This record gives sequence, C-alpha cells and structure tokens, in this order.
Amino acid sequence: MSAGLEGRPRSRNGHDGREAGMISVEGIARRFPGLTVFEDVWFTVARGEFVCLVGHSGCGKTTILNILAGLDGASEGVVLMEGRELSGPSLDRAVIFQGHALMPWLSALDNVAFAVGCRHPRLSRAEARARAKVALEKVGLAAAAGRKPAQLSGGMKQRVGIARAFAVEPKLLLMDEPFSALDALTRGALQEEVSRLVTEAGQTAFMITHDVDEAILLADRILLMTNGPQARIAEVIENTLPRPRTRAGLHHMPGYHPLRDHIMDFLVTRSRTLAGPPPPGHDPRRPPVVRPALEETHA
Amino acid sequence: MARDVSPWKAALLSLALLALLLGAWELALSGPAGPGGAAMDPEYAALLGQAAQAGGQTAMPAPSAILARLVELLADPFHRRGTNDQGIGIQIAYSLWRVAAGFGLAMVVAIPLGFLIGMSPLLNAALNPFIQVLRPVSPLAWMPLALYTIKDSSISSVFVIFICSVWPMLLNTAFGVASVRREWLNVAATLEAGSWKTAMRVILPAAAPTILTGMRISIGIAWLVIVAAEMLVGGTGIGYWVWNQWNNLSIADIVIAILLIGVVGLLLDRLLGWVAGRVAWQE
Repeated sequence: MSAGLEGRPRSRNGHDGREAGMISVEGIARRFPGLTVFEDVWFTVARGEFVCLVGHSGCGKTTILNILAGLDGASEGVVLMEGRELSGPSLDRAVIFQGHALMPWLSALDNVAFAVGCRHPRLSRAEARARAKVALEKVGLAAAAGRKPAQLSGGMKQRVGIARAFAVEPKLLLMDEPFSALDALTRGALQEEVSRLVTEAGQTAFMITHDVDEAILLADRILLMTNGPQARIAEVIENTLPRPRTRAGLHHMPGYHPLRDHIMDFLVTRSRTLAGPPPPGHDPRRPPVVRPALEETHA
Repeated sequence: MARDVSPWKAALLSLALLALLLGAWELALSGPAGPGGAAMDPEYAALLGQAAQAGGQTAMPAPSAILARLVELLADPFHRRGTNDQGIGIQIAYSLWRVAAGFGLAMVVAIPLGFLIGMSPLLNAALNPFIQVLRPVSPLAWMPLALYTIKDSSISSVFVIFICSVWPMLLNTAFGVASVRREWLNVAATLEAGSWKTAMRVILPAAAPTILTGMRISIGIAWLVIVAAEMLVGGTGIGYWVWNQWNNLSIADIVIAILLIGVVGLLLDRLLGWVAGRVAWQE
C-alpha cells in the first residue's frame, strides 16, 4: 500500500482485502423482459471513502445510483447500508442531482431551508433558515441567498444543490454527474469545492461521471463499467495519487498520466471489447483491482 | 406579431374607435325619423305600443341618453324600494355572491379531487369517462334537476355555477399535479418529506400556476353562466335585472347592464390574474 491512501479515514477489516462497507452492493441487476441492462454488480463503499463509477451512457449507471438512493429498486440482489437492507429513500443518503432539481418557486435559501426542516422537523422556520444560511455560506453563496433559481447561473444553482445535500448531514452523498451540464471553468471550480467539502466533513461519497479528470481528482477508487446490455464492473482502479489534489496540479503528479491513460483506454476500447458475458475466471464479487499510478512509479 | 407598440398610440386609437362608434350611433338616431315606422319590425312596434304611437320613434336610445341613465343608476346603486326596484349595485352584488358561493364550492371539491386524480393514474382512468361526458353539458341543462331536488331557485343557481366552474378547475388541477417534475418529487422523497408535506410544499406550489389557469377559466365561465341562470330563475341578480329591463323595454338599461357585466367580468379575471402572478414561478 502506498502512503497516498492515507490522510482519509478508512475502515478496513477482513483478511481477503474486502472492505467492511458502509454500503455494500450485493449482486444487483436490472432486467427488463428480453433485456438485461446490468447484472451481478458487487461493490462496497467504505466509511469516508469516495467512489466513482465510470462508464458510457446506457450501462445503467444512473439506475445504480437511484437504487442506492432508494428511488429505484433492483430486479435482483440487495444493497446493504451498515448491514441493513435498503428500502426506499432516506435522509441518510443525500443526492446531488444532475439537473440541480431546485424548486423554482423557492429562493436559494428556502430550498436549503426546506431540506434542513426535513432533517430537523422540530426546528423553527427561523432556525432552519439560519442553518441554511450557514450551508450557503460554505459554498460561497451567502450573497445570493434571497434569489430564486431562475436568477442564478448554472454553477450557482448547482452550488445550492450541493449546499442542500450537505445541509442534511447525510451518511452517504450520492452524485449523478452533478457537473456535466456546466461549462469547463465552472465545473473545475465546483469539483474543487466538492473535494474540499467532502474532505472537511470526512464525507462518504459515491459519484457517477464520465469526466476522467473529475474521477481522478475526487475518487479513492474508480469502478469501471463495461457497455450495456449486460453491463458489469470490469475493473476497480485504486487511485493512489496523494491528497490534497488540485485541478491545476493534478497533471504534474507522478502517476497521473498512466492512470488517466488506463481509464481512457478503458472508455475508448476496452469498455466495448469487454462488453457481454464476462471472461472465464472473472469473479463478479472481486473484479480485478489495478493501481496504474503506482505501477508507473515502481517501473 | 410581438413587436412593441406604444401604449399611448394604442390608447389613442382605442379612444378614436370608441368616439367613431358612439358618434355614428348618436348620429344615426338623431337624424330625421325615416319614412315612418316602415323600417320597424311590426311585432316590435306592437310591443312598443304607446311609445310607437307617440311618434313612431325607435326605443333604441342614443349614447348620450344611455350616459344620462348610467349617471342616474350609479347615483344610487344600492337602493331598495320593494322587490322589483333595487339598485343595480344590489343586483350585481347578488350575482357576485352566487358566483362566489358556487365557485368557492367548486374549489373545495375540484382542487382536492384534482389532486387525487393527478396523483393516481388509476383514479384518473376511472373518473375520466364521467368527466368527459359531463363536462360538455351546458350548465343550464342542470337547472331543472337542481330546481327539482334543491327546491330553492337561489341555491339552484349557485349549484349551476358550481357545476360549470368545477370542470376546468378539476382538469387543470389534475393536469398540473400529474405533470409535477419527477426530480422535485425525488428531492422530497430523499428528504423523507412525507406525503402531506410533499403535497403542500412541493406539489401544490409546483401545480399552482396550472391550477390558477383553471380557476381563471372557471370564473370566466361562471360569470357568463350566472346571467343566463338568473334570467331563468328570476328574483334577483344582474341577469334577472336585464330580463326585467327587457320586459320594461328599457334598452338603455340593458346596454348599461351589458357594459357593467363586462367590467365586472374583467375585474374578476384581473383579480385571479393577480393571484396567478403571485404564485407563478419560472425556471
């Protein structure tokens, strides 16, 4: 193990290298009559860990996230959270939606205050708003708190969405390509913002993306999914690049380029060539783990 | 189409058109009475009776006469001198009261029911045939049934207002509720907001503009229907008053009533338009 994995709280047990997950996804599948979108998907997310799921559209990424959120159900398999099977959505699992999903009739502050009020039903309206204000300050939006979403830029709206998710103090933060609708500059700023907030809070997080740099910047582990139908997790990458990572400094880090090349190769060719039935010897519970960044430094 | 027009120019043109219309009207009536009453419908002349004999003049008043009568009516709009002589303000108040009662009742029924229909595709499919059959029925067709069962003409007209206001509100509420964005419902679900909180804090505000559109259509229809309903059942109200003035052959009063009905209808629409503006939201 490299020193790069340290600096974030991790809980590991078991001698076979499997993590005692806060979330344990056990053999979930999504089937329609005559079509299997994905199957035999197993993975865990440890407490304090940031896991990214990378794959092309159509492989069922969003469905997996919705199943974790409790908004959707799996055709097969179960998801355990702290040892208990998930049933339905919960305040323990906050979602940052792709399309911000702010309520346009509420101001930025009231959007966050609504979430605070749901988390703490006993709080008075004023107290909920005070806490919402603090949450908005953390994402640098205190000045725009009174504005309606229509009066906010795309990046600001997503900041409100981030503040709303953090305001409920979830055990697990779920993100469905949260920055894909933003321009490159805003996206970079928000990625660092999320990186900072996640580190500060020791937040356990699961994120879907197809932005390779985003995954490298944020994730401890990156799950690579093959193309659908019958998509599966083909490989798990351990991101050994040391933290803190910054967007500006990322590509100067030793090991960054082999890591990036590995993921790009997967997305460009191997996600396609590996699609379909798994190769012999593939254990869906323990997909191969690779550390491209580490191999480079050892070479 | 959507080019900006100076409001002053438009107002000026409106005034010019009004002046032209009224001027032509005034002029047409002030000229020498044509070759006798030949142009007059004989039946109308018979109705006119003494008036016709008294010079063969038409009963159609000139705008100036109507204006004079309007000033007279508005000078004391709330007088009551017996059942058949009540001020025009009183009559309009009766009509407004009936519309308010029927419309309010329709709101109480249509908005919660529309909520259920909008949330439940099953209920939607089950109730749709009833709605589709009943909706196109003229509300006045219900009048005999209402009179027979309720046995009170005033409440019957309230019922007729209810039945005509209920459909647009019901359909719009159901549509608004059914088309609330999935993502907002997902947000509420992940926040464990509960059904009541989700209904009141997410679905209602999301559907409010659509519901208000339905209410605006309803109040328009209700105000159209109340005149006809009151003509039918009589007693009080602006519709009854119009019919009464027709029986008195006071054409000036009828023209004034038309004007006032229009103005009140406009005000009702503007009132709901203002409320709609308050609940409107934009993405």
